[in-house]
Amino acid sequence: MANLRAIRKRIGSVKSTQQITKAMKMVSAAKLKRAQDAIVAARPYARKMREVVQAVAGRAGKDAHPLLSSRETKKVALLVITSDRGLCGGFNSNLLRAANRFLQETRENVGEVALYVVGRKARDFFRRRHVPMRKEYVGVLGALSYAHAEQIAGDLVDGFLAEEFDEVVIAFNEFRSAISQAVRRDKLFPVAFEQAKEEGSGTEIDYLYEPSREEILATLLPRYVEAQIFRMLLESVAGEHGARMTAMDSATNNAVDMISRLTLQMNRARQAAITKELLEIISGAEALKG
Amino acid sequence: MASKIKLELVTPERLLVSEEVDEIIAPGYEGEFGVLPEHTQYLAILSIGVLRYRKGDEVRKVAVGGGFAEVTPDRVVVLADVGEKAEEIDVDRARRAHERAEGTIKDLSLDDASYSKMRGALQRAIARMEAAG
Repeated sequence: MANLRAIRKRIGSVKSTQQITKAMKMVSAAKLKRAQDAIVAARPYARKMREVVQAVAGRAGKDAHPLLSSRETKKVALLVITSDRGLCGGFNSNLLRAANRFLQETRENVGEVALYVVGRKARDFFRRRHVPMRKEYVGVLGALSYAHAEQIAGDLVDGFLAEEFDEVVIAFNEFRSAISQAVRRDKLFPVAFEQAKEEGSGTEIDYLYEPSREEILATLLPRYVEAQIFRMLLESVAGEHGARMTAMDSATNNAVDMISRLTLQMNRARQAAITKELLEIISGAEALKG
Repeated sequence: MASKIKLELVTPERLLVSEEVDEIIAPGYEGEFGVLPEHTQYLAILSIGVLRYRKGDEVRKVAVGGGFAEVTPDRVVVLADVGEKAEEIDVDRARRAHERAEGTIKDLSLDDASYSKMRGALQRAIARMEAAG
């Protein structure tokens, strides 16, 4: 029979773990709310940006800007967005597994991969595997601002324009709902847009541009990329908090189960000890009688 | 015939203005331009400055830090990199930023890498003060 004191101690430690997981769950819930609000707030800009870029790029044609025209893909840049912190279930490991698989496949079938990573988890993962990284952005997710997206987008656009790679792919966790995230892999650019119909369909009049269409496109497209990256970063952050909330919720439930099991065990042990003592007293008394 | 324009001013972080207005004056790349209802399709780069819009007799100001404006006959969409409504601007902070930028820029030559950055900061501070004041 397990030692009574050992069980009591165990219950105590599980209880304090439960308190921590419970607190973490509540913190994540609050952060999730804020992250969700940020997504909602950023949505109008991203949507309008897409509309405008679509309208201009569709009219300008594919050759108007390097970011629009695809060339033969020899090298690929991969941007992986994970979190800085752990304890969020399969959030990072699922994504990193998918990213790593993509990395291997691309290396075999296409060519070199330039790796850009966001988040400490991705950095540690690839460092352990001795995969060289072109650039790492660590510690930006806690206080995420548009400036971070600008920086990342700037690095990627510069590399693309310098023909260091011919395609940019981004792997991130898409925020579906508070309890569900999905690993997504998207091609970021070259940007593919539907071409506007050549025949003016009546209402579609071309814009007057100030300064020129080419100049507008040249400033518009990098910002479009920024807005996309910003959205993905926000989604990843919201997904992280959602995943952590779920993970901490189940950890708390597991702790509750464990405590009730241990309490049962403890009561049994206590009862057995009492019975044993009683038996000893009774048999002692019996012995004296005889 | 539309007699109002739908103005939507968005920044990457939030939707700043979404209103029916009568007239808009925006800081374009090649100078300010005004928009009244039934304006032709127009797409412009915005510079740092103050965007004004009129609703009846009331004029409101927003400091914008560059971006784009898409104009269609009944709608204006402004995609601003940064934007602050006049009533949200902290004038003291803007004034301090202005002094700081002015102080730094005096010691820089045109070739310095940070010159254009500081000039941007100076222009933003001026725009903020103008919008608020």
